[in-house]
Amino acid sequence: MKKIVLLLLLLLAYAVYSGWVYTVGVDCNSHMNGDALAGRKLWHEHNCQTCHQLYGLGGYMGPDLTTVTTDKTRGALYAKGILKAGGKRMPNFHFTNKNTDDIVAYLQYINDAKYGTAK
Amino acid sequence: MERQNSVQSTKTGRLFIILGFSCLLLSVTFGLTASLQYLAPQLFVDHLSFQKTRPLHVFLAINWLFACISGLVYIIIPRVANRQLFSGKMAIIHLVLHAATITIVVTGFFLGHFSGREYLEFPPWIVGIIIFYWLIFGVNFFKTLQPNLATAPVYIWMWCTGILFFIITMAEAQLWMLPYFNTNIIRDVTVQWKANGSMVGSWNMLIYGTAMYVMEQVTNDKTIGYNRKAFAFYFLGLTNLLFNWGHHTYIVPAHPAIKQIAYLISMTELLLLANIMLTWTAAFRKRPVAEFEITYSFLKTADVWVLINLILAIAISVPAINKYTHGTQITVAHAMGATIGINTLLLIGCVVFVIEKQLSTQAKKKMNLGLKTMHISLFFFWLSLLAAGVTRSSGIRNNLYFAEITERATPFLRVFSASGIFLVVGIVLVAATCIPAIWKFEIKA
Repeated sequence: MKKIVLLLLLLLAYAVYSGWVYTVGVDCNSHMNGDALAGRKLWHEHNCQTCHQLYGLGGYMGPDLTTVTTDKTRGALYAKGILKAGGKRMPNFHFTNKNTDDIVAYLQYINDAKYGTAK
Repeated sequence: MERQNSVQSTKTGRLFIILGFSCLLLSVTFGLTASLQYLAPQLFVDHLSFQKTRPLHVFLAINWLFACISGLVYIIIPRVANRQLFSGKMAIIHLVLHAATITIVVTGFFLGHFSGREYLEFPPWIVGIIIFYWLIFGVNFFKTLQPNLATAPVYIWMWCTGILFFIITMAEAQLWMLPYFNTNIIRDVTVQWKANGSMVGSWNMLIYGTAMYVMEQVTNDKTIGYNRKAFAFYFLGLTNLLFNWGHHTYIVPAHPAIKQIAYLISMTELLLLANIMLTWTAAFRKRPVAEFEITYSFLKTADVWVLINLILAIAISVPAINKYTHGTQITVAHAMGATIGINTLLLIGCVVFVIEKQLSTQAKKKMNLGLKTMHISLFFFWLSLLAAGVTRSSGIRNNLYFAEITERATPFLRVFSASGIFLVVGIVLVAATCIPAIWKFEIKA
């Protein structure tokens, strides 16, 4: 009986904690706009996370892109260049200029969310 | 009718295990191809690029675990319950839907259709089918077992927990489809880590529960599933399943309490580590009944990887260390050590338990050779990933260009690919013995 009570208490704690995580725990002022949403769609369609990470989620063939648009060695223009032309490890997906802008808008949003907009 | 159900249960279980081994062989083939693509990114770039090989490898590896554990449960449950399987037809529907899902997803990946979600790259509508056949599995399981939790051994608790939480976490992983979740990256990433982290805990419950039942049988020690310590560690494991996922999110700017809770819960794993250390020699002195020597070898040697992975897991859960290891191949080393060194060895051990009495001496020798090859190659595989991870971490801290970091990690990636070849050889040796034996396996009346 004690075991069942303990199990129920743990399940209750899990339910409460999940609700808290979904709301207060991840409350964030930064929401995606139209271009970033379009960029995210392209990101998903091309399975970009299989090579690149965002916040630790993703593969290791390519670099982490969480802060690619602002970090010292890369930046938004560099990201656009790689997206347009590909590289030794990066396939050339023949993105249009609009596609490239959308993906960079998405990455910019990711970067902004990392720096200070989350509560 | 009951006898028919029992035969049906074993037959379906065998087919599930063969499906699982097929997934495993395909998974390691794609995994090996992906590892070679680290060294030669242009390899098969037009038709089977890394963009496809990695999701194929991961998806098939996960399905190896689920197909094999489903098969084992179908074979074992009627024996544990001392009752026939509730519905043989439901088991067949489960098998057909599972096999069809694998076929559809693998074909889709070959054709380049992805949802773009880490680990669950298949289209979201597939999840509806997956949850549906898990509900069928759950109903068949509970109706057959009719468990009375108050008196049930710990492995029944673990099976119940595994089935329940797989369904919950698979559904939770689809919350991203709602705008409330998908327009806020912090919420999206955190919930994704939460669902994925707990899902791993759910399949661990199913696998460890089965291994515990098998260990009880091969050592003839009926206290294994009932003693207080076993239940204490079950509740420790469940607490980790529910709350430990947060150590993946240290770099996500979510509420600090998520990280603090995860850190606190992660450190409870020290109790598990202490228990392994304290009971290590006694556990190895315990001998199996003679006809289960190979089963015992797989189950006991998996303990080495439990120890190694536990030490690594505890280390990378410490924020000061996680800062340097997260986003590097050190995380992959942990995942590979757990999936191959623990889950795969335990599952193969449980499959061998079913067939061992029917194995010839030569087949047993082949199994032993396969096991040794797997252990040695996995050790180098694991070390090379750690070394590549340290190189990557150091490169990131020193603001090196990614190409330079990759160049520095190349020698370790060569060891990674070479040991991967031997790992595949070991797995093929074992699978080549298990598949024909499980195909011919017959239930004793």
